[in-house]
Amino acid sequence: MIKFLIKGLLRDKSRSRIPVLVVAVGVMLTVFMHAFVTGYMGDTIEMNARFTHGHVKVMTRAYAEEMNQMPNDLALLEVDELTNKLNAMFPDVIWSPRIQFGGLVDVPDKNGETRSQGPAFGMALDFLSAHSAEVKRMNIEKTLVRGSLITKPGQALLSEKFAQNLGLKPGDEFTLIGSTMYGSMAFYNFTLAGTVTFGVEQMDRGALLVDIYDARIALNMENAVGELIGFLSDGFYNNDEAKAIASEFNAVYAETEDEYAPVMKTLAQQGTMGQYVALVDVWTVYISMVFVIAMALVLWNAGLLGALRRYGEFGIRLAMGEEKRHVFNTLIYESFVIGVLGTILGTAFGLLFSWLMQTYPIDMSAMLEGATMMMPTQIKARITPDTYYIGFIPGLLSTVVGSALAGIGIFKRKTSQLFKELEA
Amino acid sequence: MNESNNNAESKNTPLGGLGVKSPLGDLGVERNNNAETQTPPSGGGGVIITTSQLIKRFPMGKGEFTALKGIDLEFGIGEFAGLIGPSGSGKTTLLNILGSLDSPTEGEAIVLGQSVSKLSAKGAARLRKESLGFIFQSYNLLQVHTVFENVEFPLLLLNYTAAERKKMVMDALEWVGLTDKVKSKPPKLSGGECQRVAIARAMVKRPSLVLADEPTANLDAANSHNILKTMENLNRQLKTTFLFATHDEKVIGYLKRKIFLKDGYVDKDELVNN
Repeated sequence: MIKFLIKGLLRDKSRSRIPVLVVAVGVMLTVFMHAFVTGYMGDTIEMNARFTHGHVKVMTRAYAEEMNQMPNDLALLEVDELTNKLNAMFPDVIWSPRIQFGGLVDVPDKNGETRSQGPAFGMALDFLSAHSAEVKRMNIEKTLVRGSLITKPGQALLSEKFAQNLGLKPGDEFTLIGSTMYGSMAFYNFTLAGTVTFGVEQMDRGALLVDIYDARIALNMENAVGELIGFLSDGFYNNDEAKAIASEFNAVYAETEDEYAPVMKTLAQQGTMGQYVALVDVWTVYISMVFVIAMALVLWNAGLLGALRRYGEFGIRLAMGEEKRHVFNTLIYESFVIGVLGTILGTAFGLLFSWLMQTYPIDMSAMLEGATMMMPTQIKARITPDTYYIGFIPGLLSTVVGSALAGIGIFKRKTSQLFKELEA
Repeated sequence: MNESNNNAESKNTPLGGLGVKSPLGDLGVERNNNAETQTPPSGGGGVIITTSQLIKRFPMGKGEFTALKGIDLEFGIGEFAGLIGPSGSGKTTLLNILGSLDSPTEGEAIVLGQSVSKLSAKGAARLRKESLGFIFQSYNLLQVHTVFENVEFPLLLLNYTAAERKKMVMDALEWVGLTDKVKSKPPKLSGGECQRVAIARAMVKRPSLVLADEPTANLDAANSHNILKTMENLNRQLKTTFLFATHDEKVIGYLKRKIFLKDGYVDKDELVNN
């Protein structure tokens, strides 16, 4: 009997290939849309992570309490040792030193007198180390307007708007006037390597990017940084993983009451990012579920129609003496097989397209020039564990439920009624 | 495998020796139109069907439509009988009840010793599976399956072994003259061939009773006669009871017993003497 049913299933395109294709397409769209929504919604989080928050961030306890004020007098010391310790504890996490600082950019004239001045929001990153991924991570190359990236110590980047206001062009020199981590005045000369545009008004108004090596000298922060930010190995924020890492690290320093002891905070534990992460999670689930439900309805109907179309065949089988329960069960087995095959096929293709869009994102930076809010410049998908099984909801469950609902008609109708439908 | 007593005897009949070939015109079947009315008619042996005061009502709008209005009939083993009447006379309804595809509203229908109204769905399925064969107006073959597989299907439900099935299917196809079409699929067959496959499918398990609803309605005259001769021959050779629902004169001409239905009543019950 099984062989007989399989023959029928394989030979009848409208029972096998077409339903499998319909399920596969539906599942593929579901999987891809889920990955796309997850990637797109999560990209705003990643952008914040790249610029300021990291997936996790290590600072002193005192610094953490005043984090918004970037209090470099409360910076981490003996950073090399701490970095080594972090690398040993969490080898999969990539650590990057960051110093955020405020100051005044002073532009001298030919005589060394101040020609123009402006307040700057400074950020020191590791531009020059061979292993550093900061330039790529911050996508600075793409934001370059004039000049070049920092290629040697003593160079700096300014936001294009800020540089124009100050009358600076690449190759010009200027002085950063700030304060060291010990509170004394700091003066440090830089050469403008290039200008950048972030597309964010607050940053474009007065951003200054320098190499961490120069910032340490300028601010007297030898072997010190304001923050050590860590990025998870797959490049995506995972709240559970970040929390686990932070808990493990903080447990090491749980006994000490030193306010300069390091403390690790996850992205969600910084400022209002926690609310945003929760919001993104909820919206990702909502949007994905809307699509899953829509596809489930489509596939449910496909299953329903597929089974309704076969009432005639059921009539013949019942007339031959097959029991209604057996007819119903075989219908469910068939829809299960079709659902599984279609879901596997659809998930495979959905994952393939998602992977392509995760690996080769669509670059939207050209369209976002002049944008006044911080937006992701790339549209990309993100494959998460959910992506592997999300397709089974519409693909398998809906197909089987649709067939089962149609199959109930076998029980509801009198056999002779099925015959009338058969003769029609 | 669960065999009923009624078809146990016929199962032991060596079918290869039937000598039924297609075309079956050489079987010497004579049509006899000299009918005389007898009430009730006698069957060919023991009683296979008894109906008493059979009433069937269908809901229609807010009221009811009475399709059968107290049918009393009896059929013996080996009869070749027909329910004759225009559309709406109740012949298909009666056939459905006798085939345990439907149940009566009132009265009783005893088929092969079992009361149709008291049969569970499972019991009705078992009765159909083991003892009844159906032939339909529009053949109702499984289109994606070959002739062999269509005829084999009832045997799969009865759990015969592959070897038994092969033997029985080939025998059945030989009765209807289709042994050269075993691998063909219904869309490649003519209407007459399809109906012969349907007869083979109905007969392959050697049922006690075959119910045929307008079996020649979609066939031309030559094919109709071929089909009817085939069934007549099987009736004679295997003592299978055939009960038709028809208003086709070609079919009526072959019947040994004619039951005329009119508005849900038995109008006339004639036994045809050869």
